[in-house]
Amino acid sequence: MRDIAQVNNPYHDDKVIDACSLFGAMDTSGRRFSGEGVIRAIANMHFRSNGLGGGFAIYGLYPEYAESYAFHIMYLSEEGRKQVEAFLRDRFYLVYDEEVPTRPTPGIVDPPLVRRYFLEVGGQKHAEQSEDDYIVNQVMEINTKLQDAFVFSSGKDMAVFKGQGYPEEIAAYFCLEQYEGYLWTTHGRFPTNTPGWWGGAHPFCVLDWTVVHNGEISSYGINRRYLEQFGYHCTMQTDTEVVAYAVDLLMRKHNLPVEIMAKVLAAPFWTDIERRPPEEQKLLRTLRQVYGSLLLNGPFTAIIAHQGEMIGFTDRIRLRPLIVGVKGDMLYLSSEESAIRLICSNIDRTWIPAGGEPIVGSLRSPLQSSAAVERRC
Amino acid sequence: MKTYLPPKFIVERDPNRCTHCQVCINQCSFDAQYHDSKSNEVKSRGENCVGCHRCVIFCPANALNIRRAPLDYRENYNWRPEVIEDIIKQAETGGILLTGMGNDKSHRIYWDHLVLNASQVTNPSIDPLREPMELVTYLGRKPDRVELGPVGTRCNASLYLKTELPPQVKLEIPVMFAAMSYGAVSINVHESLARAATEMGVMWNTGEGGLHRKLYQYGNNTIVQVASGRFGVHSKYLNAGRAIEIKIGQGAKPGIGGHLPGEKVSAEVSTTRMIPQGTDAISPAPHHDIYSIEDLSQLIYALKEATNYTKPLSVKIAAVHNSAAIASGMVRAGADIIVLDGFRGSTGAAPKVIRDNVGIPIELALASVDTRLRQEGIRNQTSIVVSGGIRNSGDLAKAIALGADAVYIGTAALIALGCTACQQCHTGKCAWGICTTNLALTKRVNPDIGSRRLANLLRGWSLELKDILGGLGVNALESLRGNRLHLRGVGLTDTELEILGVRMAGH
Repeated sequence: MRDIAQVNNPYHDDKVIDACSLFGAMDTSGRRFSGEGVIRAIANMHFRSNGLGGGFAIYGLYPEYAESYAFHIMYLSEEGRKQVEAFLRDRFYLVYDEEVPTRPTPGIVDPPLVRRYFLEVGGQKHAEQSEDDYIVNQVMEINTKLQDAFVFSSGKDMAVFKGQGYPEEIAAYFCLEQYEGYLWTTHGRFPTNTPGWWGGAHPFCVLDWTVVHNGEISSYGINRRYLEQFGYHCTMQTDTEVVAYAVDLLMRKHNLPVEIMAKVLAAPFWTDIERRPPEEQKLLRTLRQVYGSLLLNGPFTAIIAHQGEMIGFTDRIRLRPLIVGVKGDMLYLSSEESAIRLICSNIDRTWIPAGGEPIVGSLRSPLQSSAAVERRC
Repeated sequence: MKTYLPPKFIVERDPNRCTHCQVCINQCSFDAQYHDSKSNEVKSRGENCVGCHRCVIFCPANALNIRRAPLDYRENYNWRPEVIEDIIKQAETGGILLTGMGNDKSHRIYWDHLVLNASQVTNPSIDPLREPMELVTYLGRKPDRVELGPVGTRCNASLYLKTELPPQVKLEIPVMFAAMSYGAVSINVHESLARAATEMGVMWNTGEGGLHRKLYQYGNNTIVQVASGRFGVHSKYLNAGRAIEIKIGQGAKPGIGGHLPGEKVSAEVSTTRMIPQGTDAISPAPHHDIYSIEDLSQLIYALKEATNYTKPLSVKIAAVHNSAAIASGMVRAGADIIVLDGFRGSTGAAPKVIRDNVGIPIELALASVDTRLRQEGIRNQTSIVVSGGIRNSGDLAKAIALGADAVYIGTAALIALGCTACQQCHTGKCAWGICTTNLALTKRVNPDIGSRRLANLLRGWSLELKDILGGLGVNALESLRGNRLHLRGVGLTDTELEILGVRMAGH
């Protein structure tokens, strides 16, 4: 079996540490927009990354194949491609596939081949498990058992574009200004090692969940051990992976709403809990008692997205920056306010959320119609 | 019979300072000081001295000092002084050698080979003087997940919490006072422990000798113990505490029962233990209703029934070779808390051969139990408490990082009360008034002062633990619990590192 940790974490550190710039933009009315602004915004935070990783997640990307799983797969060899394509034909119905268009870009050196596949799963293929679990298992199998291939993303109507370089270089390389989506998240990376491996860039993706993340999770050791009890194996050895699995466990498997998820990952202090009304106290106390090992402790900001929803939050004492901007139906989340104002000079309002407070943008409650994103609870 | 045992200590008296006031005579319960009426001077009998320092501390003239008697045997690594003198004692008594306290041998102390991490550059350390730092922990069984009611989303989610947690014990600091029974220790020690635990928001443990009636008021901070002798166990007792602990074994004497000599069973001890005054209180080696794991389950549920499922059930075992498998069985049998007591764990009296040769280091037992329970996916179903040789907040932090929810301290608590670890607990003559029921001695522990010293110790450790957490860059205890990435080993073999689940320093 291939050990991704060896590729992503060649020095065998406890985990791969990185800091970075984050930016997220969502039109909560569902209108799709070009990535030009997002690319300019993340480029404006150039100095928060060091050219060792950049990436984008885009939702509402492939309306023409909205019902198919869009697999973006990176290949390091032609042999790897042949193996994976045989594997895909065996496990899925292939609707369409092509090479992801690129253009030669200064700064992008020795890029791997990236192809995309639109796949469908017949009912008989996943008889014993849910379709979601089937997809996760296939992705894990490609990533860990097949040589020279790595799945960037595997959700419906969305994709991840990432690689080694500054984010604006990655955007140029993949011609991202030509794509449209209603939700974009992006990441510029400043790792403390140099894996030189495109799979290690952010966003990190499971199903249609993506995570971009700035920070170091000092509780990583126990978060990881806790998730292992539920069958998650942190093959990438990054904080981001832990965030993604924690979200998957809480929201998909344990069926908890996003606000509750945030109360687990950035739990309120016991003293704050004691100030709440009795019923809420009981809920919050129970969450901490049961999910204490999932508390993400240490400095971080994370922007998590899945189909129809974008969530941003920081650690509970806000040791990493997060700024929110709202303009009409648009919700912006950014590491720096300047990046928001650069692409939206007449922004309605911006603010810094409290530590651990989740900022949620959702297609289910567009900003214009619902009162506001802030202070939902 | 003339004893061949040489004196262990020399009592040094500074003739220029000694005023012959006789305080040392009164303080020494081992008869090592006496008044020579001929010369009208206070003199010493070094052969009786146990090195407890009571006279040194209480000499008003600072005239006393105790030194180890520098009596040399011919050098021999096999026939060391301790070995020779044990044989002498047995040749003179023909019995089992008894001793007090835990294993004092030079086995590796793993705490001293583990080092903690700290934040540098990539994440900030957190200053506990400026930021909240949370040590609160809840002991008890936790479900795999939290379920909310069908309507429970968004703002009114709190109304629809479906998951009802089994009873939990809240600790403000992850340190509790270990089980020490009334009869083994004095009522004043119990009262000191109970009051300190109440003040600091932690638990103390009655031990197996019941709960004196005047301590029922501290029930909310009390863990009541049920051991093989069932002394002092009745319905009111079970319901008095915050949790119930079934004691199967003790780190100082795994596989061995207990024996409180009749001389220590005073009127008060007799009432509390519900046995006749002056009779020996024998705790059998096993519980005679627990010969197997399913029997343990029956006792656990009998006690839960007796208390209407309002209290977590704890089961304490000595750390032995197959602790991991045993612990797994205990969790499945219904134990909400498991207590592992390592071979450094203390006792009021134990056969020396057992204390010195049976049981394993708590660090290894803790690591293997935590790992096993996680492998089996049942770690959340129980809390792990460890005891046996926890000496300071550094040991505490390392125990938490290896996977413990909390620790018990026994010896450290007694040292706070004056104990100097002289290992004479089994004699009933404790000069510090701790491990005795002799009224002249027990009054030496004043619960007002004793509880303050104990509370001070806990406060000191809690401040230090907050500093450690802050340095690691986390602000809640649960982020350290089981987080072995924050530990590294120094001077350990690969096998030791593997069992501890810890990487070598430098990695």
